[in-house]
Amino acid sequence: MSVVVDAERELLLEVRRIAAEVAAPVADEVDRESRFPVEALDALRSADALSAAVPEALGGAGVSLEAIARSCFELARGCGATAMVFAMHQIQVLTIARHLERAGWYESYLREMHRDQRLIASATSEIGTGGDMARSIAAATPSDDGGLEFEKQAPTVSYGAHADDLLTTLRRAPDAEPGDQVLVLTRSEQMTLEPAGAWDTLGMRGTCSPGFVVRARFAPEQVLPTPFAEIMNQSMVPLSHILWSHVWLGIATEAFERARSFVRASARQKPGETPPAARRLAQVMADLALLRGEVSQALADFGASDDDAGRERLMTMASVLRFNNLKLAASEQTPLVCAGALEAIGILGYKNDTPYSVGRHLRDALSARLMVANERLIATDAALLLIAKEA
Amino acid sequence: MSAETNTAIREVLREHARLPVDVDTLGDDADLFSAGMTSHASVNLMLALEDAFDLEFPDRMLTRSVFESVGAITAAIDELSGQNGHAA
Repeated sequence: MSVVVDAERELLLEVRRIAAEVAAPVADEVDRESRFPVEALDALRSADALSAAVPEALGGAGVSLEAIARSCFELARGCGATAMVFAMHQIQVLTIARHLERAGWYESYLREMHRDQRLIASATSEIGTGGDMARSIAAATPSDDGGLEFEKQAPTVSYGAHADDLLTTLRRAPDAEPGDQVLVLTRSEQMTLEPAGAWDTLGMRGTCSPGFVVRARFAPEQVLPTPFAEIMNQSMVPLSHILWSHVWLGIATEAFERARSFVRASARQKPGETPPAARRLAQVMADLALLRGEVSQALADFGASDDDAGRERLMTMASVLRFNNLKLAASEQTPLVCAGALEAIGILGYKNDTPYSVGRHLRDALSARLMVANERLIATDAALLLIAKEA
Repeated sequence: MSAETNTAIREVLREHARLPVDVDTLGDDADLFSAGMTSHASVNLMLALEDAFDLEFPDRMLTRSVFESVGAITAAIDELSGQNGHAA
């Protein structure tokens, strides 16, 4: 236990250092040029941070979800795109670790992933499904060499061109229904990613998330044993909302801190007077506190679910609603905090070249409502509310 | 569990589960989700079952596994009917 605690302390120290010394100095350049934050990812690899959540039995540090969430928050203080790449990778790692059911192929894979610090992307969305992750068109199809293959039209694959491996949702077989899905991990040497479009966006520019046509050949052992419907409810969706919202909280916190520095600097210029911006800052602080409260509580609620009974609870509608609520609240609240910080700072926040610039934070924050569109979540919640009894 | 209940459940399924196949081609253990029931249709199914059997599924029962087959639905309704004293 104390070994894990030490590992968590060490991870957080390293991640904080990487955020401040490696990610933050190039965050504006990564944003401007819409380029992958390669320096920060190299540094995270050197710190063995990519495999921090791999169980100790498989060679990793076995750190807690809390430590991973905290790392996402810290990285986002330096660079939102870097933090989002890290968060998404950790969602894949945690999902695999929670559902590998002692499958030999996946156990060896995680050992290797730790040794080589392989980066995992995901292709869970698909053109033609209307953004519904619970349905697939592409299928795991028997190939002429006795293995399996697929071709999938993915509208966005974050850092697809920079990842080593890919976690993809597919129909179980060519004759399976759209909702009968499995999750498959394929390695770079087993697949080709044909770019379909560019990634020139308002924010989160460094995640480099264009569309791809993915083609892969793989072995049957590369299908995760648990059905995707279970993986989705017990892990992928709640973990995504928890880690994304920690990234958003980090972005909002950084915008707030820039506003705070601005107000302090103004106050020093006119001692004895409370600068007008301080009043706006006080309001932003309250909005940030609300965001922090929901993000922390959701993490605590998930943490209380980490046994068999807990996993069963994660399959209930009440649980689906709980983590959808986190996503809705955090994605609405984060741009609010960033826009409030901008108003407190004024023109020096609006300009892109001052120590108080918060344009990038606001633009990054606006992605939150769209990555899994809030409109879709609201429609889901509306249907579930017809039958769910609590919350 | 009576044959009438099984028939009644299948009747609700035929009406609300929007299965791409005839429900009578599915055995009591067949997975309804694999057979093509969407999560949206499953919500309508739950509402219709509550109405048809005059009961309420508590939150702990509102999970995929409780509604994944005719057999699982039967077990859930049996459990609730026992508690409520209904003769379903």
